Amino acid sequence: MNLKHTAGLLRHAKRSLLILSLCTLGVGAAQAGPPTAQVNTTGLAVTDDTVKVGILHSLTGTMAISETGAQEAEKLAIEQINNMGGILGRKIQIIQEDGASDWPTFAEKSRKLLVNDKVAAVFGCWTSASRKAALPVFEKENGLLYYPTFYEGLEQSHNVIYTGQEATQQILAGLDWVAREKGAKTFYLIGSDYIWPRTSMKIARKHIENVLKGKVVGEEYKPLGNTSFGSVINKIRLKKPDVIYAAVVGGSNVAWFKQLKAAGITGKKQTLLTISVTEDEVLGIGGENLKGFYSVMKYFESLDNENNKAFVKAFKAKWGADSVIGDVTQAAYLGPWLWKAAVERAGSFDVDKVVAESEKGDIELSTAPEGYVKLHANHHLWSKTRVARWGDDGQATVVFESGLIEPNPFPKGYQ
Amino acid sequence: MDGYSFADLQAILIMQGFAGISLFSVLLLMALGLAIIFGQMGVINMAHGEFMAVGAYTTYFFSSLTQNYLPGFLDYYFVFSIIAAFFIAGAIGYLLEFALIRHLYKRPLDTLLATWGVSLIMQQLFRTIFGAREVSPALPDWLLGSYEPTEMIDIPLNGLFVLGLTVLVTGGVFYLMFRSRWGLRVRATTQNRVMSGAVGINTKKVDRLTFALGCGIAGVAGAAFTTIASTGPTTGSLYIVDTFMVVVFGGAASLFGTIASAFSIAQAQSIMEFFLSGSMAKVFTLLTIVVILMLRPEGLFSTKVRK
Repeated sequence: MNLKHTAGLLRHAKRSLLILSLCTLGVGAAQAGPPTAQVNTTGLAVTDDTVKVGILHSLTGTMAISETGAQEAEKLAIEQINNMGGILGRKIQIIQEDGASDWPTFAEKSRKLLVNDKVAAVFGCWTSASRKAALPVFEKENGLLYYPTFYEGLEQSHNVIYTGQEATQQILAGLDWVAREKGAKTFYLIGSDYIWPRTSMKIARKHIENVLKGKVVGEEYKPLGNTSFGSVINKIRLKKPDVIYAAVVGGSNVAWFKQLKAAGITGKKQTLLTISVTEDEVLGIGGENLKGFYSVMKYFESLDNENNKAFVKAFKAKWGADSVIGDVTQAAYLGPWLWKAAVERAGSFDVDKVVAESEKGDIELSTAPEGYVKLHANHHLWSKTRVARWGDDGQATVVFESGLIEPNPFPKGYQ
Repeated sequence: MDGYSFADLQAILIMQGFAGISLFSVLLLMALGLAIIFGQMGVINMAHGEFMAVGAYTTYFFSSLTQNYLPGFLDYYFVFSIIAAFFIAGAIGYLLEFALIRHLYKRPLDTLLATWGVSLIMQQLFRTIFGAREVSPALPDWLLGSYEPTEMIDIPLNGLFVLGLTVLVTGGVFYLMFRSRWGLRVRATTQNRVMSGAVGINTKKVDRLTFALGCGIAGVAGAAFTTIASTGPTTGSLYIVDTFMVVVFGGAASLFGTIASAFSIAQAQSIMEFFLSGSMAKVFTLLTIVVILMLRPEGLFSTKVRK
């Protein structure tokens, strides 16, 4: 009897303890954020105190050159968000995959992140080719991708938020500026031979001919990886254009600027506008070869505002004083912050709810290093476009800044 | 060509001529090392481009050393780094031959795979050591800018430099191959390995040195190309296709063939680039090469080799 009683007491005590601990847990969760069942109805990798996201960039292969900065910025943003307490009380855990500069690998790794790891969002891709490869996977598995690169436009997926500029945002303001400031009438267009330069040049040509009433005196595409520009430079010399408009990428870009300089075509004698040189590329090209030429981008490391100073300082503290920050790096930094804003407004990690909030078109970031940005209903960002002049120290000075430009991924009259 | 003055056209003609010659010297310098390795030894070295990258990174390494410790030396370091590139790339080639290639002489297709693997390993090593971003060695002032004989003509100094270097290296290779005892041994080994061994030539040593020489020349090419193009972990893969094209088109076993092939490809390419767009010029150049190789599978020049 006595024994039985003791056992009963014990059992009772156990139960109380269980209830007590359950209560504590409940309270803890309530303090940290809403319960998991409420913020995650689609089986994503969300627990009471963590949420998993994917980072998918090339760490090896040709594109590692460009993508390194982007993934560094994304990690910095996630670290900062975690230090502020995470999202809905949950710390962000990163699962990183290597796209290896190989487009099918991007699709395969996307599937792995979405199906096996069930990540709530993916920050990744760089080239349009990698995005196009991963896109069907994101649409089929209903994932969410934050894509950081300025690109050719003509796309708007339910499952992608584009944090870089689409082509018209980057191109039109720059051309307007050069026509106005330099009185440019004749243009020579040159780019690498793939979709982004070709689409961009198509838009540029329409704008030059129809809006600026100027003339395109030459349009040229060189194979990717091409390193001999002697003949093109001679052609340019013969045509004497007011402006060279360039979208050469990768290793070719380095050869292009070195050979321009060697041929005596420098910033002193010739106006050159490029849409493919950021601080990342300058390291390889060498500041002395670029001096006096202009880049058109939405962001430059030298931007003089408080947000940017804090960002540059934090970035260099985390990734080394030698690191440089280009346009895409900054756009990649915006991804986690935009996601945080949308998740918190939706009160849920569910992809459809996050997208629905994003599509309301009023998610703003006043803390963006590039200045104020706003997410448009069409999944792209309202942003400013800047023209900056390169110095020989590898930094650019902004000479023109537009107002906020509305993203227009399907421009009428430019296709 | 209305609206252009005679002087304009004349200046362009001269500069265009130089562009062709400059491309010729680039192609020849790239191909010389491979002509020795592939042409003379029959090794399909897919890592040839990476040996160029070794040369390029050597230059970058010396340039940063000079900038940090000996800024006054910046005008001269480039010449030393080219010599260093030759020996470093040569030494790596020597080791590679010893460790890998010599086991595969009887299996040419396996060397293709093995050296391709080596090229991937080397690319990742560059990435780990020097970082994924492209780098740019600080060039001495005398290599920048252009020589202007008249107001309208600009001849790129780096092009002139590469041209001079190519002449020097080609001369050196020809002297070695055709005027020295060592060259005699190399040619003897290529023509009849067993007989060469029988008359007392150490064919293994000859192989190793020949391979090292080819890699060393690739290193020199890589160092020289830092003046005109980019230096990154995958730089080598930009060059490998053109390099093989020149060697195969010229006739694999002939050094004269390599020169003739580099010259004709460069001229065709640069003239067509002037009148057509860049991609079309490349298409036509490759098409012409394909047709000629169909008619003459052994390439432009062929020497009779007993197999």
